Amino acid sequence: MKKNQLMEKIIHGIFLVLGLITVGCVLLITVYLVISGIPAIREIGLVDFLFGKEWASTASEPKYGILPFILTSVYGTAGAILIGVPIGFMTAVYLSKLASPKVKSVMQSAVSLLAGIPSVVYGLVGMLVLVPGIRKIFNVPDGASLLAAIIVLAIMILPSIIKMSITALDAVPKEYEDASLALGATPIETYFKVSVPAAKSGIAAAVVLGVGRAIGEAMAVMMVAGNVPNMPDSLFQSVRFLTTAVSSEMAYSSGLQRQALFSIALVLFLFIMLINATLNFFLKREKE
Amino acid sequence: MLNQSLSKKRKGFEVLMKALMLLSVGLTAALVLFLLIYVLGQGIPNITWELLSTKPSYLTERIGILPDILNTVYIVLATLLIVLPLGVGAAIYLTEYASNKKVVGIIEYAAETLSGIPSIIYGLVGMLLFSNSMGTCLMAGALTLVIMNLPTIMRTTQESLKTVPQSYREGAFGLGAGKWRVVRTVVLPGCVDGVITGCILSVGRILGESAALLFTAGFAHAVNGLIDGLAAPGATLTVALYVYAKEQGEFGVAFAIAAILMVLTVLINFAATLVQKHFAKRRSL
Amino acid sequence: MKKMITMMMVAVLALSMLAGCGSTKTTGSVATDGSTSMEKVIGALGEAFQNDTGISFTYNPTGSGSGIKAVQEGRCDIGLSSRDLKDEEKEAGLTGTVLAYDGIAIIVNPENPVADLSVDTIAKIYTGEITNWSEVGGNDVEIVLIGREAGSGTRDGFESITDTEDACKYRQELTSTGDVITTVSQNPGAIGYASVASVKDSVKALTVDGVAATEATIKDGSYVVQRPFVLVTKSDAELSEAAQKFFDYITSADANEIIAAAGVVSAN
Repeated sequence: MKKNQLMEKIIHGIFLVLGLITVGCVLLITVYLVISGIPAIREIGLVDFLFGKEWASTASEPKYGILPFILTSVYGTAGAILIGVPIGFMTAVYLSKLASPKVKSVMQSAVSLLAGIPSVVYGLVGMLVLVPGIRKIFNVPDGASLLAAIIVLAIMILPSIIKMSITALDAVPKEYEDASLALGATPIETYFKVSVPAAKSGIAAAVVLGVGRAIGEAMAVMMVAGNVPNMPDSLFQSVRFLTTAVSSEMAYSSGLQRQALFSIALVLFLFIMLINATLNFFLKREKE
Repeated sequence: MLNQSLSKKRKGFEVLMKALMLLSVGLTAALVLFLLIYVLGQGIPNITWELLSTKPSYLTERIGILPDILNTVYIVLATLLIVLPLGVGAAIYLTEYASNKKVVGIIEYAAETLSGIPSIIYGLVGMLLFSNSMGTCLMAGALTLVIMNLPTIMRTTQESLKTVPQSYREGAFGLGAGKWRVVRTVVLPGCVDGVITGCILSVGRILGESAALLFTAGFAHAVNGLIDGLAAPGATLTVALYVYAKEQGEFGVAFAIAAILMVLTVLINFAATLVQKHFAKRRSL
Repeated sequence: MKKMITMMMVAVLALSMLAGCGSTKTTGSVATDGSTSMEKVIGALGEAFQNDTGISFTYNPTGSGSGIKAVQEGRCDIGLSSRDLKDEEKEAGLTGTVLAYDGIAIIVNPENPVADLSVDTIAKIYTGEITNWSEVGGNDVEIVLIGREAGSGTRDGFESITDTEDACKYRQELTSTGDVITTVSQNPGAIGYASVASVKDSVKALTVDGVAATEATIKDGSYVVQRPFVLVTKSDAELSEAAQKFFDYITSADANEIIAAAGVVSAN
């Protein structure tokens, strides 16, 4: 009997350790990023780093301002949300409320396919279709631009927005909708004025998830955005995001330049943590 | 009844919303169709047996993706072998053993945080944590992928663990079994569907992953056996796609890989749905 | 269900072990890392070497700057750089051995009628003084400047020869030779620079000051836009047996045929 009890305790301990591994990983990642990222910020100066407009990491007089990257990531994500959310939202309402079950399931498989396509494939198609397309349609010298990145990002966040919104809309109690119809509203009015507000926090969570994905995307963006550290003054300029700034210089960087790249990763990480905290807040509210 | 006495404003709203919705759905559907047709159309003609079964040769100027296929298989195997015990163990802890709600909350929050971190940061941290000590190799990439997929396995296992009726457990306890025995004989078999779903989802995620592997697993194209392969740098299919497209301009090969990946994605989605249906049926019996 | 999966996994494992059985037994390995311009040359040499001796050879195309760093940090045996080592790099304990000379082609889109430019004009284009192709005898199209990333040996070579260090106003900074070629081939107004060895039919190489990039003109220096392919090793440490074998092979005259076939001019 005692042997059994001992074994039980050991096994409990093993499982406890396994459970805590996730926490350990998060701590490890945070610690590593902070340790690697702080030195450069300290040397360059927090204000100069975050708000400096010029990034010239390998010039004879290097400058390490990452404002261009921050703004590009913000504008790029904002653009992607502006395009992706309305389209995704409208599609979700249609699929959840108006579509026949067959259409709904076919479209849901299609959306799942969209969600599963690797980002490099999006980058490839973007490189060969979108970039020359932008060049020809808008008559600019080169199509690799902020606009190309925005379009690719919008397409990439579309599936998550659609999926989560459908789930939220499907979960709205039928009684709400029946009540509204009984009061004389048309079905469409019901969906937009009753169901959507009821699914509000689920849809908001979908948007926040989309934002997180857009800010963190590196590969597809690297293939269509041109990669020059310009301030994003125009949609058609070649730009560099926080993510691509890290990935494009990491391989050959050294010294302060390398540390600055880690600092960029730290900034990115903090942005994401902030967004996740917001997401959690919304989800918790929905659960209540 | 619908069109009776609707004010002009309300009618306008109806028409507008319907139009917007149909436009959006149409756009989405057109997008998926375009991607499918374009990628498959450009890629399938380039998929030859030679492409699939040879490795690239500079001397004969021939490209083959066999090493990339093998590397992908190796990395999937290595990652699954490590992440399954860790993830399932953590899920078991959360549903069967944990009593302190705060601890549960912290672990779940940590898992959610992990799933939100962008893959490029995983690549960076993976490089710092693993590549600096074991060099650029598939194993370092696999370990990075393990951390990335831990939340997925935990979540799907947890979900299916929750569907095991409490009465099963109580029955077993009633018969005098210890907790571990209950878990082993009653609970674990009940969560197989969750584990399998989690596996399938993870495989899908690993197949599509590239940013995390660039700095940890490298780009080499050597044909190796399993053990050698894990210790050496190697490109997986997605990384190879990136290199062939962006760095070498070999678009025929890039599209062939893209087509393969797309077909695999469809298969994986299909498999996941099948598994879920199969087990849902079983459970409702 | 479980059994099926276990069986499938065992089958895959077995298959992959078999795949490994066919490959060569290694008595060591050679790891190289660096310049993307050198990919064709070093790839061909490495493959021939592996076929002859069975020693496994790997190459990581990461860029000259990264290759130099890799050998310094001990992550590879031989670093590959498409530029000479800088003084501070030599002082840090690195030795450079010239393997071959490679021309840097100035490339434009095949639709572009311009066929020749002087070094001076090229510099003016890249610093933004000249912005339209019509100013140099071409069509009325804005010039799109394509270049390499900051750690690139090709960029270093180009900028030092045209004297445009830190002054180029790039529209796109790409991370490899192949990428530059692709981008230029897709944009009628683009101009870029890439290793002569890698130039494909999809782009047109200009003559510089009337001189075309050929083996002869690179060798005698009349094609001025050229740079050395350098093998970087640690000055004080010895190469492993396998790596030394490789090094000796590629710097010997036996390798010249392969080097020439790859489009560069051997130094040995």
